[in-house]
Amino acid sequence: MGGRESELVLLDENGIRCDGRKVDEPRRIMIKAGGLKNADGSAYIEFGDNKILVGVFGPRDVHPKHMSNTDTGILRVRYHMEPFSVTERKNPAPSRREIEISKVIKEALEPAVMLDKFPRTAVDVFIEVLQADGGTRCAALSAASVALADAGIPMRDLVAACAAGKVADTVVLDVNNEEDQAGQADMPIGYMPNLEKITLLQLDGVLTPEEYKKCVETGINGCKIVYDLQKKALHDKYFGNGGD
Amino acid sequence: MTSVGVLDELKKLQILELLEQGKRVDGRALDEPRELVVETNAIPKANGSARVRLGDSEVICGVKIQPDRPFPDMGDKGIFICTAELLPLSDPSVETGPPGPDVIELARVVDRGIRESHMIDLSQLVIEKDKSVVGVFADNVVVDYDGNLFDACAYAATAAILSSKTPKWELKNDVPTIVEGKESEVPVTTIPVSVTMGKIGRHIIVDPNADEWVCMDARITITTDSDGNICALQKGGSDGFSFDEVIKCGEISVKVGSKIREKLKQAKAGNQ
Repeated sequence: MGGRESELVLLDENGIRCDGRKVDEPRRIMIKAGGLKNADGSAYIEFGDNKILVGVFGPRDVHPKHMSNTDTGILRVRYHMEPFSVTERKNPAPSRREIEISKVIKEALEPAVMLDKFPRTAVDVFIEVLQADGGTRCAALSAASVALADAGIPMRDLVAACAAGKVADTVVLDVNNEEDQAGQADMPIGYMPNLEKITLLQLDGVLTPEEYKKCVETGINGCKIVYDLQKKALHDKYFGNGGD
Repeated sequence: MTSVGVLDELKKLQILELLEQGKRVDGRALDEPRELVVETNAIPKANGSARVRLGDSEVICGVKIQPDRPFPDMGDKGIFICTAELLPLSDPSVETGPPGPDVIELARVVDRGIRESHMIDLSQLVIEKDKSVVGVFADNVVVDYDGNLFDACAYAATAAILSSKTPKWELKNDVPTIVEGKESEVPVTTIPVSVTMGKIGRHIIVDPNADEWVCMDARITITTDSDGNICALQKGGSDGFSFDEVIKCGEISVKVGSKIREKLKQAKAGNQ
């Protein structure tokens, strides 16, 4: 987000972005519910060049025991990037960035899952980023919601996520990796469309108050696009021909 | 710091009851931060420093400035790194050892607020392009805890940077050497101010104290710059915000932030 100078034309005179998209157009999104045999619920998402696999276990016994809560179940999330997911090999040990993302995704999912029905238990969400290309936390959060639903965890709504941002002084939807590096702002948003609640929100980059408002609106519209695909993924598995 | 016991449940009931009447436990207005006390140059051996009290939360930030190798793809920029640590003497619940997710998030949010505002003009901190640059390291230590460390650490780091003097270096036989008598201020372009707001029930409160902090449903930290732009944001906690709340929090952060910015400027001026 340094606003680094580069040769790349981020937005041409026809309003077309560096990867051929319009300003309000997300990348290609494919979501599949299920797929893993052992996990209680799972999902796979391709979001542009991001490829992310999510597995959910639980509600199950809590280890270590002292973490358990007698009033409610707890949610635990691990966001992890494979060493081969990025250009330069990533050290497999969890980085501070991954620990922070795990925390914000956990807090984005908590308003959706009804864990008070399962006291003293834990629901574990494992997010594995197989290939990363900007916007992994949004793609991961969207897939994690589908995996939780696939695991049969009672939920108030699905959390759909998409980023908005500012590129070449213009507010755009779904910032890709190049735009993130060279752009001016990136705002990931997680949103529950039925409850109209924002559960993940971050920003880095400078926005005027008007751009800030536009960015939140743009991001929410992106979330609604993702939401339809999440519902379709679950529908395909349970009511369509794609069931396993 | 985050454990919720029976006492906290009772406190939450009382805090909520008061909020329904538009009041807070310590008598503040909903959009009123606690008193901010800033003492700069608290640690003369550092290149810059500040001791900040926000209510009863107390943070000391020391800035060390030294030559460093640039990041591989950033040879024309100096380095800025900001950290935050909770000392074991700050609260009985703090343990020694590697930082947990809460403290990692705190440090990253404080760093991001200052970094994304472009407060320090890093292009002026280059000794020789691609070879040697100046690194500015702002390290926060929390010595007393009373909630809202995001803002306490951000103000301490900002005040410490404003009060910093940097030596001048030049390369002699590829070794950075101090040029005597050429101390100058750190090149600052804007003054970022973070404002953290808690959501309890349907109420938004600015600068939650420790009692309010444990019973918040969600929180949001927004950093604004001197031009009234929003440059960093972090939502946290186990609930969400509506669109209107997010916009309202943006407006509060600009309004409250501008008052705190004046206070940080005064602290710097009073120091000279």
